[in-house]
Amino acid sequence: MASKPRTLPLKKRGFNFEMFMWIITRLTALAMYGLILIAIIGAFIMGARNQMNVADVLRWGFMPNAGHVQSVPLENADAWATPFWRLVASALLLVATGHGVHGLVVIADDYIVSERGRGIVRFISIVMMIGMSIAGLYVLWTA
Amino acid sequence: MGLKRNVSLAKGLRYKGQGPMLTFVLHRMGGLAMGIFVTTHILSSFVGGDVGKFFNNVYTHWLFQVPMFFLILFHAINGLRITILDLWPNLIPHQREAIWIEWAVFIPVYGLALFAIVSSTLGG
Repeated sequence: MASKPRTLPLKKRGFNFEMFMWIITRLTALAMYGLILIAIIGAFIMGARNQMNVADVLRWGFMPNAGHVQSVPLENADAWATPFWRLVASALLLVATGHGVHGLVVIADDYIVSERGRGIVRFISIVMMIGMSIAGLYVLWTA
Repeated sequence: MGLKRNVSLAKGLRYKGQGPMLTFVLHRMGGLAMGIFVTTHILSSFVGGDVGKFFNNVYTHWLFQVPMFFLILFHAINGLRITILDLWPNLIPHQREAIWIEWAVFIPVYGLALFAIVSSTLGG
């Protein structure tokens, strides 16, 4: 006999901000896997097989920023700093920042239970998220 | 206050959460470590100069990379397990098996990372 499912169907759960962030956390995790995969595949298309070691490919994969392959003697360094890679890197940065800052809020909520404390943590988190995104984008597009 | 626990630290460490509890703790540690790492990394590359060089020397040191790669790779692989189980809740009854698969994936991947770190440290 099949046991009764203990999870509510999506329609009956209701949809609020917390639920939205819960699903965003999962989807951004998958998005980061996809973007890192694109960066690693791109590295191999651009000739990483002959020019790089595993550590260099991974460093590029975790953030496809031209600065991350500065130490590698590349045949064509320009191909690694195209607007396409800057866009991929920007997408990865924004997705990772959103995922990370929400994660920090979840951790903080486990230890800070007063309304005022949580408000302060949320304010710091939003400021940090915007600040880090701008600083990161600046580095990606000017380096 | 949230920090006021009803159990002692010694009792907390002996908590019988076993495998799932261990993944929870490591996932949380990895998330915090990555939050600190990414923040300082963005800020140091934003500031640049001697500060940037100092932090780059820290990040490329094997003593930093060995624990950091453990935490990052565990967070990534454990996060994939959580995502799969949450998006397909019918699989949740098999969570213990999923954790065993997770370790079976994590150990060779971390082994590869360790090999890359050690060989680049020794070979330059």
